[in-house]
Amino acid sequence: MAVVLMPDAPLAEWIAQLDAQIARSPRFFDGRPVVLDLEGFSGTEDGFMTLIEDLAARAIRVIGIENADALGSRLAALPPVLSGGRTVGLPMLVPGDPAPAPPPEPAAEREPHGLVLDQPVRSGQSVAFTTGDVTVIGSVASGSEVIAGGSIHVYGTLRGRAIAGLLGPGPNGAKHRIFCRRLEAELLAIDGIYKTADEMDPALQGRPVQVWLDGDQIAISALD
Amino acid sequence: MAKVLVVTSGKGGVGKTTSTAALGAALAQTGKNVVVVDFDVGLRNLDLIMGAERRVVYDLINVVQGDAKLAQALIRDKRLETLFLLPASQTRDKDALTSEGVARVMAEMRERFDWVICDSPAGIERGAQLAMYHADTAVVVTNPEVSSVRDSDRIIGLLDSKTERAERGERISKHLLLTRYDPVRAARGDMLKTEDVLEILSIPLLGIIPESQDVLKASNLGSPVTLADPTSAPARAYMDAARRLLGETIDMSIPTDRKGLFGKLFGRRVA
Repeated sequence: MAVVLMPDAPLAEWIAQLDAQIARSPRFFDGRPVVLDLEGFSGTEDGFMTLIEDLAARAIRVIGIENADALGSRLAALPPVLSGGRTVGLPMLVPGDPAPAPPPEPAAEREPHGLVLDQPVRSGQSVAFTTGDVTVIGSVASGSEVIAGGSIHVYGTLRGRAIAGLLGPGPNGAKHRIFCRRLEAELLAIDGIYKTADEMDPALQGRPVQVWLDGDQIAISALD
Repeated sequence: MAKVLVVTSGKGGVGKTTSTAALGAALAQTGKNVVVVDFDVGLRNLDLIMGAERRVVYDLINVVQGDAKLAQALIRDKRLETLFLLPASQTRDKDALTSEGVARVMAEMRERFDWVICDSPAGIERGAQLAMYHADTAVVVTNPEVSSVRDSDRIIGLLDSKTERAERGERISKHLLLTRYDPVRAARGDMLKTEDVLEILSIPLLGIIPESQDVLKASNLGSPVTLADPTSAPARAYMDAARRLLGETIDMSIPTDRKGLFGKLFGRRVA
């Protein structure tokens, strides 16, 4: 599936609009093959002969052209003519239209502060967030797990597993903790050391607790 | 345009088919055009509960594969003229259902009916996912016991991720139907209380259906319990639930079997 670009004259303006488009969604063209629809062009327009290079300079990979009947001998210098294309519902990027959203990227561009979930974590779901704390406004169901690079805060009942400090202690030896409003957890782990429900003090069940690492032991204490 | 309702649970044997039939009949009794669709390919039950097992000619798979038109496969209920059944196949299995085929049949049913009620099979695999995919609303049937509650939680997670609405970023409205509820056992602590189940599942309560022998009697008669014995406790509870689905606000109560004075003195307690 390729994206079809339909340039129109004057080309310099069209390229300026394309640049604005790219500024709004920089990753849209990454790895996408592009077909140029050259309907209406005769090859004598300003900037036409350098169009392919101008696009390549913007990392737009033109793999073929369409509707190039009017171009005559200039075809030799251009990418191959394609035919038989079928529209498959991918929106055409015409400069001036709002760009379709780029595919979701892992948040590597900014330092995230933490993940906040305002829905309960349902049984069978696994939430993994390696670059910070996870806060759940709701309960974490039995048979589900929350995995965080940082600490875990559950404003509800923790019935599943909570695994904090997945990547070990943070910079400056920052230790991670687990907090919940009601402890009914199946498993708690911090910085690689874990404790199952069986090993937890029954007196703490059903109470708000904080969990931290005391040396190489998991320590739990009530918050009420 | 119709509302598509899926009756699902995760756990098997909690009352999905019973509830589909009862709610379908209750909604049809209020005058709505209702079709109940059996998605349990290979283990069909809805036709038995509806009393239509001797009139099945074509089924959902025939329609999906184009062997029959929808109108040929639909079976009209003999007691309610606005209630129809689309049975499942007993001889095939779930692999014969395709997403495109199901989408096409659902679109056709949406045109014809006010309510399309899909009876989901148990489990979380393809059959259950196909049944829930096109739903606008879900009724999650749960027994007040731990394994049913956990399985229901799982299915709620799937309703929030594997449906057409979820893919579009919308949410399906979900309702909890607590079935086979025994207040005596709940008070003794043998069964989870309603509040416990609601606290774990966090979805609004549609109704509480008490445990009752009338349900088995109705299935043996081949009739939804709301038609077989409308004054029985489960039937009244299902009627209330159906009216809540239509938007009415009704106080939540657990109907009990009405007994006369002698019934109270000599009747057996539910064990």
